[in-house]
Amino acid sequence: MKAFRILSRNIRDAFKSVFRNFSLSLASISCITITLLVVSIAIILTYNVNNFAGLVKSDVTIVAFLDQGITDENIDMVEQEIKKIDGIESYTFNDKMDIMKQMMESSDSFKIMSEYTEEDTPIQDTFLVKVVDIEEIGKIAKLIEKIRYVESVQYGEGLVEKLITVFDVVKNVSIGIVVALIIVTAFLISNTIKITIFSRKREIEIMRLVGASNINIKIPFIFEGLFLGVLGSIIPVATTIYGYMALYNHFDGQFLSPFIRLVKPEPFIYIISLILVAIGIIVGMFGSLKAVKKHLKI
Amino acid sequence: MDLIRIKNVRKQYKNGLVAIQDLSLKIEKGDFVFIIGSTGCGKSTLIKMLYREEKPTSGQILIGGIDVGKIWNRKVYKLRRKIGVVFQDFKLLNRMNVYENVAFALEIFGLPKSEIYTKVLKVLDLVGLKNRAKNYPNELSGGEQQRVAIARAIINEPKLLICDEPTGNLDSDTSMEIMKVLEEINKMGTTIIMVTHDKEIVEKMGKRVILLDAGRIVKDYEKGTFKNESV
Repeated sequence: MKAFRILSRNIRDAFKSVFRNFSLSLASISCITITLLVVSIAIILTYNVNNFAGLVKSDVTIVAFLDQGITDENIDMVEQEIKKIDGIESYTFNDKMDIMKQMMESSDSFKIMSEYTEEDTPIQDTFLVKVVDIEEIGKIAKLIEKIRYVESVQYGEGLVEKLITVFDVVKNVSIGIVVALIIVTAFLISNTIKITIFSRKREIEIMRLVGASNINIKIPFIFEGLFLGVLGSIIPVATTIYGYMALYNHFDGQFLSPFIRLVKPEPFIYIISLILVAIGIIVGMFGSLKAVKKHLKI
Repeated sequence: MDLIRIKNVRKQYKNGLVAIQDLSLKIEKGDFVFIIGSTGCGKSTLIKMLYREEKPTSGQILIGGIDVGKIWNRKVYKLRRKIGVVFQDFKLLNRMNVYENVAFALEIFGLPKSEIYTKVLKVLDLVGLKNRAKNYPNELSGGEQQRVAIARAIINEPKLLICDEPTGNLDSDTSMEIMKVLEEINKMGTTIIMVTHDKEIVEKMGKRVILLDAGRIVKDYEKGTFKNESV
């Protein structure tokens, strides 16, 4: 009961104090708001770039062209060999006659192909292979190429490797930016709260003199940091939710081309909102704790 | 019975300044003791060591048998709950009214509201400020503000009340009013140690007086023996 009374008093006082020292609280809240907005934008960008990279990576396929005139038994044999290779996510066999049919259906200009029979068609039977790890694609393509009756393989050599490198760089840079922003936020908030707490040095001094333990003194300030964090994250959360929804609807879920798809708003925006509130709270609490500790030295 | 026993205490600050040297003193429970001396004689350092704001460099300070210098930093609050401190500049929180300023010292311990209310009104009555409970410090005179500070200092019923020049900012009439309040508290059994420059008050009160100079006790006057002209 006593602990509950102390806790409820601390929460009440922390809340009161946010409004009593409103100008300084506003400085802390603004600082949290601005940095969390930037963090939010950085997270949205990073996640979308990663999502796009993931989509591109999952679309990359190795096409293995089989020898002309290959028999059904030999096709089975090639399939068995492909199965043995580690790191393959899935594969499908495309019969050359099916490919021809599809081509003719897709465009009138391919109608001419109807003149070809199974024996003289220039189209080859193919295996379409998807790999688990995109970085292994070159190695796996080489293994497939070595299989008997496989004439050649194609997977966009060079381009895929370049894309992987670009995506990795973008991913690492954007993660670095997010982490750096969080650290900068923590530092800025801690400093702003330090000013708030400096102005209440006397209060801390009196608390110490009347026999408040260090924990007694720290708790209201920790709660105050928590409130500042929550208040500071309101605008970034609202901006993230409504801003991203508006962006998504405006661009109809794709950015500039249908190839670049945006991450669906739900539950994406809610996850980001939770992350923002969590960052605000943690940074606010630790900022307060760090600042108040300075005045607790006996 | 001794409440405070100081044995061969020396205090040297990091900058090399020796504030207290070879000081020994006994103060009995229920005593009212004045500590006087010129500026820089070590008065403030001595009382700061009593409420453990400073630690002695050597020697022992025992309060109620506990060696104050050996208390861990994080346990100091336990000592402070048994000691009330009053300062020259009152140290009140301007954003809180009189009631809140006094109640503040109880609220941090999680006492029920009804108990806090009874105790605060009782102590405000004792210092003569019951009807000023809702006023803010800036609406009070210096003497009234000091009485609020005294009320806050004694709300936890401390065994020892330390007063660091409590009348330093007040005129002589108001100072005497404060002294009456302190005497009243002393009569209730609280030991009081008061640092002051005001020798007139010291003489009028007729209590034990300790004269410090250069960090040492140069004279210990028994009750009623101090005369303003003698210093």
